[in-house]
Amino acid sequence: MKTVQREARPATPEVAARKEFVTPEVNIFETGEGYVLEAEMPGVNKEGLEITLEGNEITIVGHRAPELMPGEPLFRESQPRDFRRVFELDPVIDTGRISAHVEQGVLTLTLPKSERVKPRKITVA
Amino acid sequence: MNGLMRWQRPETAVWPGFGRLTDLREEIDRLFEEPLGDLVQSSQLMSGWTPALDMFEDKDNLYVRAELPGMKKEEIDVSLHEGMLSISGERKNEGKYEKAEVYRTERFVGRFQRTVTLPTPVAPDKVKAQYKDGILTITLPKTEEAKPKHIDVNVS
Repeated sequence: MKTVQREARPATPEVAARKEFVTPEVNIFETGEGYVLEAEMPGVNKEGLEITLEGNEITIVGHRAPELMPGEPLFRESQPRDFRRVFELDPVIDTGRISAHVEQGVLTLTLPKSERVKPRKITVA
Repeated sequence: MNGLMRWQRPETAVWPGFGRLTDLREEIDRLFEEPLGDLVQSSQLMSGWTPALDMFEDKDNLYVRAELPGMKKEEIDVSLHEGMLSISGERKNEGKYEKAEVYRTERFVGRFQRTVTLPTPVAPDKVKAQYKDGILTITLPKTEEAKPKHIDVNVS
């Protein structure tokens, strides 16, 4: 298999057992410049995001903004749990330049490749 | 030596339309991990997108909340008809990464619709909706007749 961003440890058994987190749905693309990861985290804003890099793993945690319960619940399908997912990073990613952006509950992570491995145009002299 | 081979785009790239199918394995994995209740929601393979819906009530209003991450306000339609509230819309493929290799496409693209029957009559002209952090909140004021009334009874 190609060194893509792979999902590392999809929710450890302990975490899954405690049901503390919801796994957000993601899209992952790769361009010449790098990778783009989009994750759906409704109810999460900038303040609720927690992204940690450890070795070649990136952990995305989204805490939902404290919700105001407008009155008594009649029925409820949403899960008031936080989001979490861990990915293994392709070694070509320049971890120093990873950036994140959240808009309407969707996190976009931009993971640029280091200059060394980027496709380059060779000009003919 | 054959250093400069005819290059072909690797077949690993998933055609976006098949994205959901490649998730089948994960979906099956999840089947064994999660209780049934969660599956109803997470399994969008067959049913399309079913955004989670909540309903609340207080003395004056009904509140309906839907999780619709990554939409544009203009793409969400809210309508009220004979005591039924409908939320619908379409999430379009933005085509931003058309030339990119696709590794995962779990996010739903396409139309969705959810309809709920409201438990009490509401004033249709006073309905308000707000969209923030990917959550749509609709406030539906109850009609005067539907509000609980406090009646003082003199007990002699």
